[in-house]
Amino acid sequence: MASFTLNGKPVKLAADPKSLLLWTLRDEIGLTGTKYGCGAGLCGACTVHVDGKAVRSCMTPLAAVEGRKVTTIEGLSPDSSHPLQKAWVEQAVPQCGYCQSGQIMKAAELLSVNKKPTRSQIVRHMDGNICRCGTYHRIIAAIEQASKEV
Amino acid sequence: MTTDLQSGISRRAFLQGAGGLAFCAAVGADGFRLVSQAQAATLANTLVTPWVRIAPDGTVTIFTAGAEMGQGSMTSLPLILAEEMDADWNKVKLEWAPADPRFYGYTFNNVQMMQIVGSRAVQLYYAQLRVAGAQVRKVLIANAAQKLGVDPATLRTEPGFVVNPAGGQRLSYGEIAAFGEIPAQLPAVDPKELKERKDFRLIGKQVARRDLPAKVNGTAQYAMDVKLPGMVYASTLHSPVHDATPAIWNGVQPNTPSSEPESWNDAEVKRMKGVIDVVKLPNGVAVAADSFERARAGRNALKVVWKKGKAEGFDSARAMEDYARVYADPGAKVSPIETKGDVKAVFAGAAKTFEAEFRSDYGYHAQMEPLNAVVRINDAGDRAEVWEGSQAPDASRKAVAQALGLKEEQVTFNQCYMGGGFGRRSLGDYAAECAQVAKAVRRPVKLIWTREEDIAQGMFRPQSFQCVEAAMDASGKVTGWKHCVVGDGEFLLQTGIRIPYYGVPNQSIERRGVSHGVKLKHWRAVGHVFNVFAIESMVDRMAADQGMDPIEFRMEKMGASPKARKVFEALAQMSDYKAPRPSGRAVGISITERSNSLGAGAVEVSLDRKTGKIRVHKVWVAVDGGLIVQPEQARHNVESAILYGLSSVLHERVTIKNGRVEQSNFHDYKLLRMSDLPEEMHVQFVDVDTRPTGLGEIGNPFIAPAIANAVFRLTGKRLAHLPFTPDKVLATLKA
Ligand code: FES
Ligand code: FES
Repeated sequence: MASFTLNGKPVKLAADPKSLLLWTLRDEIGLTGTKYGCGAGLCGACTVHVDGKAVRSCMTPLAAVEGRKVTTIEGLSPDSSHPLQKAWVEQAVPQCGYCQSGQIMKAAELLSVNKKPTRSQIVRHMDGNICRCGTYHRIIAAIEQASKEV
Repeated sequence: MTTDLQSGISRRAFLQGAGGLAFCAAVGADGFRLVSQAQAATLANTLVTPWVRIAPDGTVTIFTAGAEMGQGSMTSLPLILAEEMDADWNKVKLEWAPADPRFYGYTFNNVQMMQIVGSRAVQLYYAQLRVAGAQVRKVLIANAAQKLGVDPATLRTEPGFVVNPAGGQRLSYGEIAAFGEIPAQLPAVDPKELKERKDFRLIGKQVARRDLPAKVNGTAQYAMDVKLPGMVYASTLHSPVHDATPAIWNGVQPNTPSSEPESWNDAEVKRMKGVIDVVKLPNGVAVAADSFERARAGRNALKVVWKKGKAEGFDSARAMEDYARVYADPGAKVSPIETKGDVKAVFAGAAKTFEAEFRSDYGYHAQMEPLNAVVRINDAGDRAEVWEGSQAPDASRKAVAQALGLKEEQVTFNQCYMGGGFGRRSLGDYAAECAQVAKAVRRPVKLIWTREEDIAQGMFRPQSFQCVEAAMDASGKVTGWKHCVVGDGEFLLQTGIRIPYYGVPNQSIERRGVSHGVKLKHWRAVGHVFNVFAIESMVDRMAADQGMDPIEFRMEKMGASPKARKVFEALAQMSDYKAPRPSGRAVGISITERSNSLGAGAVEVSLDRKTGKIRVHKVWVAVDGGLIVQPEQARHNVESAILYGLSSVLHERVTIKNGRVEQSNFHDYKLLRMSDLPEEMHVQFVDVDTRPTGLGEIGNPFIAPAIANAVFRLTGKRLAHLPFTPDKVLATLKA
């Protein structure tokens, strides 16, 4: 059994506590916005929030989120209205888009603790999230834009 | 505006929609052409399929053949058609075109295909989409003219409307669709009737990509996200030793064994929790289970004895040294690529000659979404459906049909977004593999390669050795050019090796092939990466030898073409080329062509001499890409390619030892991260009024030589082996 809060709603699953959060979210619960990129904590595509902190769901067993609050890209806002999501569209950040849920969740963590990050703070915070399509400069621009709104 | 694309809509459903006008595409000698529905009915059924539909509510549905991996062609292609038909873009709905190249393909070397590779989408679809759009517009005008009782020539169109300036009436496309008829013979379009550039409302304007909204909220559908009732999961282990045919990049034979599994711990893996079956494939072993984690655990537990593959014992570093011997061997088999003038004589009589060797390691695509596909086969076994993100839906459908022993018509392909492609996703190999597993387990299957498998079974940009020689006359003009590239991968080795942007009169360009059995594939401009590196390093070397400015040298001594001069001039201006740089920094430049575009680039670089770490601070690229259909997206494409190139130049290398790829994930196959990002990137398009040329890769190949040339200006040393990892940089500094 596993129980936690997911995007504001309680979930209870008959699941092995050793199962990984990533695959549970994607295949059991059907929230596929969180992506598999490396499965080894190296790329950040699977980033979600646990109690507001960015974690890599590909390395997180269900036991570790027992009783805690999990937020995925689908729960960041009900209608893509989070300042980061709006800025992401305005700056036309995504290319293939596959890394972007993880990028946005990682960036949301930053803005929740630092409302006006400098460029170097952004780079330090985001450096673990790979974007193979090379959208890094637009990610920075979008975070800077969103930081004016939060 | 809508972003939800549906796949697999049947021709029937499309034609039978609630009234309105449906324009069909029929196969012609030089690509598709539009025909009316009536005409469609008289043609053999299989030869006609819908392309544009206008509903009475004004919604215009356009099929898009632009497979989407971030480059934006899913939006650009229908936008071209919408421009000529003067559609209201806000009322245009997009749907993925079915995987049928006879209707939705472009023509390349006399073959109809849908492969979105080599930055071809916009440049090869442009002309036919414009004509198709113009035909639709003409039909709408003709119908309106009849209704209003006026001469069609007196009518105009505005987005979504036919307008009669004399009578002041406006008929919306939706209204016309409700009563209109398509003539049995669609009107011909004279090229003079196409819009003039000044009248464009969509082309060249700021139009948002349709895939963006779904890519910020997790709803964009990748094949990885598809879920079917009763679906199970699978993961494959292949022999770590490749067994590839030399032209594997050109197509796969899904049923032909390669590195076949001989025996494995079948019973042990089958006993594992959740494992449904262990399936022998012609080139691997797949484990199917009730969850991906369990399939992966089963795959990781496999112990397989493999038949020997061609790459058995292969050592990439040793092979590289063999290449130098192949180059030196007068008896080696040579494939000439370009022969011009009298090279022998010009070298014999030269005032000065130059010679340099270059090396480049294997590169991996590292598309962010590991390869995967979903396949469902019906109970009778005579129909299959595939979900895949593919650069070549037609090739994928064919591979799946082959794998299952079906005809292509029995396979429906459902396009999905691709989490990156870069040339890897155009064979359908993993979709065919998924089909084989689905057939064996008799259930829908989602097959996912682990990242580790994705690297181990990578289809790489080939490694290469090159020697470039140049001959100079007494005036410093370059009169002779020899370039030999040695390696595996045949055609892949030679892209970008020609130098049409220079006017060197005597040339001998050749390839010397070897074959290792390693899987190789197109890779964002592939051969350009190392060929342009060699070419532009050599040119820079000669400029330095002559004590000349590198751009002036190219203009005056290399005979740069008018098009090349234009991009160099734009580059010099945008980068304030001659301005002094902060101490410890230097600028390097280079030029490349790709897919008929031409781009000149400059980088401002510094170097940490203790660690050997190169840092690129600023990048400028001036591109002649013909007419730019979507300027913002075009810029984004070039920026993306710059960073893809920078990543490969600073970090990326695959090494193979004892036949096995040594890298396994992103800890040892390093990619560019945000901290490597240049502080500034500037992209400028030289304005020209010609048809569009390819833009997805033009930003990539210039960067290796530009960096090497800048490092030379800083240190007096020439980097000659890609990638420029700190260890190699330090070794070069010491040499
Ligand atoms: S998938 Fe979790 S860090 Fe890469
Ligand atoms: S947008 Fe493709 S990996 Fe980031």
